[in-house]
Amino acid sequence: MFAHEFMRHAFLAGTFVSLACGLVGYFVVLRAQVFAGDALNHVAFTGALAAAAAGIDIRLGLFAATVGVAAGMGLLGRRARPDDVVIGSVFAWILGLGVLFLSIFIASSSGANSTAAVRVLFGSILGLSAADARLAAAIALFAIVALLVMARPLLFSSLDPEVARSLGVPVRGIGIAFLMLLGLISAEGTQAIGALLLLGLIAAPGAAARLLTDRPWRGLALSGAIAVGSMWLGLTLSYEVASLPASTAVIGVAAFSYVAAGAFDFLRRRGNWSRTSSSIGSLEGL
Amino acid sequence: MISLADLSLNPISDLEQMREYSFMVNALWAGTIVAVMAGAVGWFMVLRRQTFAGHTLSVTAFPGAAAATLIGLPLAVGYFGACGLGAVILAAVERDGRSGAANESAAIGTLQAFGLGLGYLFVILYGGQLSSLESLLFGSFLGITAGQVQTLLWVLVATLVILAAIGRPLFFASVDGAVARAAGVPTRFLAFAFLALLALAVAATAEITGALLVFSLLVTPAATAQRLTARPGLGVLLSVGLALMVTWVGLTIAFFSPYPVGFWVTSLSFGIYVAVRVGEAIAGRASIRGRQLPGGAEPA
Repeated sequence: MFAHEFMRHAFLAGTFVSLACGLVGYFVVLRAQVFAGDALNHVAFTGALAAAAAGIDIRLGLFAATVGVAAGMGLLGRRARPDDVVIGSVFAWILGLGVLFLSIFIASSSGANSTAAVRVLFGSILGLSAADARLAAAIALFAIVALLVMARPLLFSSLDPEVARSLGVPVRGIGIAFLMLLGLISAEGTQAIGALLLLGLIAAPGAAARLLTDRPWRGLALSGAIAVGSMWLGLTLSYEVASLPASTAVIGVAAFSYVAAGAFDFLRRRGNWSRTSSSIGSLEGL
Repeated sequence: MISLADLSLNPISDLEQMREYSFMVNALWAGTIVAVMAGAVGWFMVLRRQTFAGHTLSVTAFPGAAAATLIGLPLAVGYFGACGLGAVILAAVERDGRSGAANESAAIGTLQAFGLGLGYLFVILYGGQLSSLESLLFGSFLGITAGQVQTLLWVLVATLVILAAIGRPLFFASVDGAVARAAGVPTRFLAFAFLALLALAVAATAEITGALLVFSLLVTPAATAQRLTARPGLGVLLSVGLALMVTWVGLTIAFFSPYPVGFWVTSLSFGIYVAVRVGEAIAGRASIRGRQLPGGAEPA
């Protein structure tokens, strides 16, 4: 498998991008901002198509749109937590804009170029060049380092914003910085697995980790590990099964890990419950 | 097809021009039905803060339609089957409380991405062409048949009858779940019934607007209506009225312009929403200033 250059590039970019998604995803789930993440991922689609329609580098549109909208959402929402109806209304309009750019782009380009839209929606991790892969890995690495630097105050302000604020943690600033970082990672992940599927790689590992452990640092590490594992397993699966697209495989593995974590959590709690009830029973017997 | 140059300043002759095309007549009928359904169901969706669930349900329409295309079933089967299945899964993951809500939204997000991934797989297996992918995701008001309009009409009647039957307890349960439960309202059943209703409306709408744009008719007119009035009956009517207006105007503009109808409908509804929010802000500031006037009337 690694004899193919495109697989090596996919693994290089995929590892760092999925690690970034998994780490940021843990906080997204912890802060109940999955819907905001969803909206940012769709913004990535509109930004990329706007850039494509204007004929400039898609990446420029991606990063400008996601980071810009993230900053706007953070500034407008109270406590940098925008209301879901507001997100929904803005988000519906942004999708409409995306359709406009899509139609302009399709009208202006010949058939050979029209697959660009599909690549934006569903990703193209197997089509990355060496330079693309290295750049994607570098940007993801930057996002990971930035996230780890702010992880401590971010965790604190996510778990207990009131106490954090009274201790002088800039809760609002951290919220906005977090959304912008999420925007950066959305733009990055869009190139790998696509604007529409990215949410799975952000929400599923974070949610699975939260089901498996209550300890924040362990959960964060677990979430990153599940995301990277999903990426590796998904890429391998799509390599072995020719008709399976890489993005679908990655999201499928991530979703499966979430369901498995849910089943594990359910069984564990039932096990605990029957143990406690049997110990109560034995106490009564005494 | 038709360019802006054909648009005259005489609205009657413009309408006559549109009526000459049977696809446009069908599109207007379908748009009307879909707008009434989305406006009414959307009002309850916004009230219940289930916009994310609504978006995910509409997105599950995409793999359903793609699967139906792949195995050669009618598209409607795919739409209604997938959305119904989505509603059952969403009802199963529904949780109360803040940490419950965080886990629920993570589950919804995972379901959504997985559904879209499956849809992409089905399109690839079918020999994915961009045009079919695009119409599944973004819909096309063109090419709607009279038969489709008739099916939509039946779905609309069913939706409105169910909504009329459960509307009152649903409103009660949505506004104050705990009190409603204490008063013996079956809130859990209602939550599921509403998700099923939402799935029905979304599946019907997705056939016309595409999986990604259903959302614009569901959420924006309803959000605008709830900003304007707190009264339920009036709010639902207003929401339906706004949805009808943006659909009709959007279809008409799209008919005379080269740009897609989805863009016009979303932009119009968002424009109205923003105008209402700005108007509210100005009115709020004016009333504060009124109170601060020396010797001014006391606020009631």
